[in-house]
Amino acid sequence: MIGVKSDLFQRFYNFVTPSNEYQKRRIIVNNVILYAVVSLGAISIAAAVILYFIAQKFKVVEDPRIDVVNEILPGANCGGCGFAGCRSLAEAIVKAGTLEGFNCPAGGSDVMNKIGEALGLQAEESIPMIAVVRCNGSRTNAVAKVQYDGPSSCAFAHSLYAGESGCPNGCLGLGDCVTACTFDAIRIDEETGLPVVSDEKCVACGACVKACPRHIIELRHKGKKDKRIFVSCVNTEKGAPAKKNCAVACIGCGKCVKVCPFDAITLTNNLAYIDYEKCKLCRKCVSECPTGAILELNFPPQKPKETAPVESATV
Amino acid sequence: MKTFSKGGVHPAENKIAANAPIEVMPIPKKAFIPVGQHLGAPAKPVVQKGDTVKVGTLLAKGESFISAHIHSSVSGKIEKIDHWMDTSGYKRQMIIVGVEGDEWEESIDRTPEIVREITLSKPEIIARIKESGIVGLGGATFPTHVKLMIPDGKKCDVLLINGVECEPYLTSDHRVMLERGEEMLIGVSILMKALDTNKAMVGIENNKPDAIAHLTSLAAEFSGITIHPLQIKYPQGAEKQLIKALINREVPSGKLPIEVGAVVNNSGTALAVYEAVQKNKPLFERVVTVTGKSLAKPANLLTRIGTPIGELLEKAGGLPENSGKIISGGPMMGKALTQTDIPVSKGTSGILVLPEEDSTRPETLTCIRCAKCVQACPMGLMPYHIALLAAHQKWEETEKSHVMDCIECGSCQFVCPSARPLLDYMRVGKQTVGLIIRNRGKK
Repeated sequence: MIGVKSDLFQRFYNFVTPSNEYQKRRIIVNNVILYAVVSLGAISIAAAVILYFIAQKFKVVEDPRIDVVNEILPGANCGGCGFAGCRSLAEAIVKAGTLEGFNCPAGGSDVMNKIGEALGLQAEESIPMIAVVRCNGSRTNAVAKVQYDGPSSCAFAHSLYAGESGCPNGCLGLGDCVTACTFDAIRIDEETGLPVVSDEKCVACGACVKACPRHIIELRHKGKKDKRIFVSCVNTEKGAPAKKNCAVACIGCGKCVKVCPFDAITLTNNLAYIDYEKCKLCRKCVSECPTGAILELNFPPQKPKETAPVESATV
Repeated sequence: MKTFSKGGVHPAENKIAANAPIEVMPIPKKAFIPVGQHLGAPAKPVVQKGDTVKVGTLLAKGESFISAHIHSSVSGKIEKIDHWMDTSGYKRQMIIVGVEGDEWEESIDRTPEIVREITLSKPEIIARIKESGIVGLGGATFPTHVKLMIPDGKKCDVLLINGVECEPYLTSDHRVMLERGEEMLIGVSILMKALDTNKAMVGIENNKPDAIAHLTSLAAEFSGITIHPLQIKYPQGAEKQLIKALINREVPSGKLPIEVGAVVNNSGTALAVYEAVQKNKPLFERVVTVTGKSLAKPANLLTRIGTPIGELLEKAGGLPENSGKIISGGPMMGKALTQTDIPVSKGTSGILVLPEEDSTRPETLTCIRCAKCVQACPMGLMPYHIALLAAHQKWEETEKSHVMDCIECGSCQFVCPSARPLLDYMRVGKQTVGLIIRNRGKK
């Protein structure tokens, strides 16, 4: 091998072969660097190979469309769609490959149409809904007989007693629905002590429906120009005890059931209920109710009642 | 002197009715008899509107395993079976009887003689107790016959009688022990026979020296019954704490006292057992303490079940003007009532009237993590933590923090310097978690 020493090799040989003290020390330092580079390099190559195979083995293929859908969704994570959050809904939609049965109440049909466009699917036509508080037991209608001084939460008061007015089904007014709302759409009216839902802000996610321990809040059709008719009472007691606690309680007399031309009203457990699917907003039941338990919202004032029979008499 | 080791508090005793002898409360004009006066399933009415009933007639049958019969406390006609407000704060099914005269069932022995000889056998005693609708009169109203039916493989080696009455203000058990001591001890002997044990221990707190002396002298004539004075500490009257104090055994979490070979009964229950077994008298009346600093005449009244509490308050000198709260039970564990026409039921040990200034809650402040509640808790729980979890409705974690072991004694709330409503949160936590556990069992 010595015979084939080239010029370059000679220089390297001179470099690594110590000829004096100074060169000896330099070589020791150079060796340490050399060992480090070689050993770490070997480890990194080995690790890269292992990681490559592990990555291959445990590869997660995610549909890129999930990200697309997730981007379109409002990102409020309200849970109104029935999934844990917006991303869960996006995953479910992409997995199902159809928009049927999916609805984002917070985004409404705009968002669903956008998702439909992005995925090339047809979005279902969804009717806008809104949360409706079915209790009118305000401070004047349902006068407080006792005073509650426990923890300020409906769930807690509900477990303790019927309520300040004595109505076992009525609103407790301590605002569990307000706490549950992530859209700032519900607040307790200082004067009446009842929750008020904002027509603009409510997205009908249903968080308040779940939060109310007395199942007073219901999701109903928002109605054209926000016109709605509903029985604003959930009391299932008989007429007399119900009326004793609240002036505007449904007493289960059934007058509204008889007057309704569309069979939209049913009476169960001394309580009338208007089916919003069938109701045509004719307002006949509203004037028929003897206690004023049926509320109409955002309607123009009704004509005075006396004139109507006179007109019909002349015809 | 013995007591339990963990936690406990010392509220002011205020036993102002302690020296008032038991008076017989007049029969009400109308009795409102709830069908659910006990722990477990409500009884099913077996009478109808218009039926005539006598004192002691069976009104409703407890059909499921944990349930108790309900008997009429008055004679007269059943006006209606309707919903009426009870101590729970909600309307529950009640049998409303219009009172006419005071005619008792012939089977009831009304003679005043004390019958000492126990003639019935063990199963007969348990059957009689079941028929008489006897429940624990300490307040928890657990059906007594269920307590006496010991599961296979278990053995009761000692019967513990609870004469502690640790709840402030209440004195009904104290008066029963003083005035009906002998009958009560016969009741204890009957319970001993029903449980096949020859040892009974009566635990009485040291603030009732007259009752201790009286029962000690009487107990000499009864074999196996011993009287044990106990150090004053709340909640010593709780089942698990009494077992710890008297026989130094610890009931495992989620288990019944029979697990450690003990059965606990209240002193009032022992008297009811005596009346049921020896006199054939169903449980339709009980001693109710009507008390409060503002009341003119605090009293211990032998009251028919179904008497509206308003009438008891009248008897005690009328409801004072400045009353802030009427509480069914004692100040620590009792429940504020919403109306005065709520009837007395089997579990009503007392009616407490608090004046306005004593009944308002102080302002709730933030938890300062002082851990006084942890020190006070007789069950070794962390009330501040459980209350916080329950307040945020984290039921799973609430369950993991052993909320079901809470005995709702209220010691935590009593010591809290921030006046946090810990007991309210714990109670709701217990209710909700209990519901979740029951639903889980169904699935």
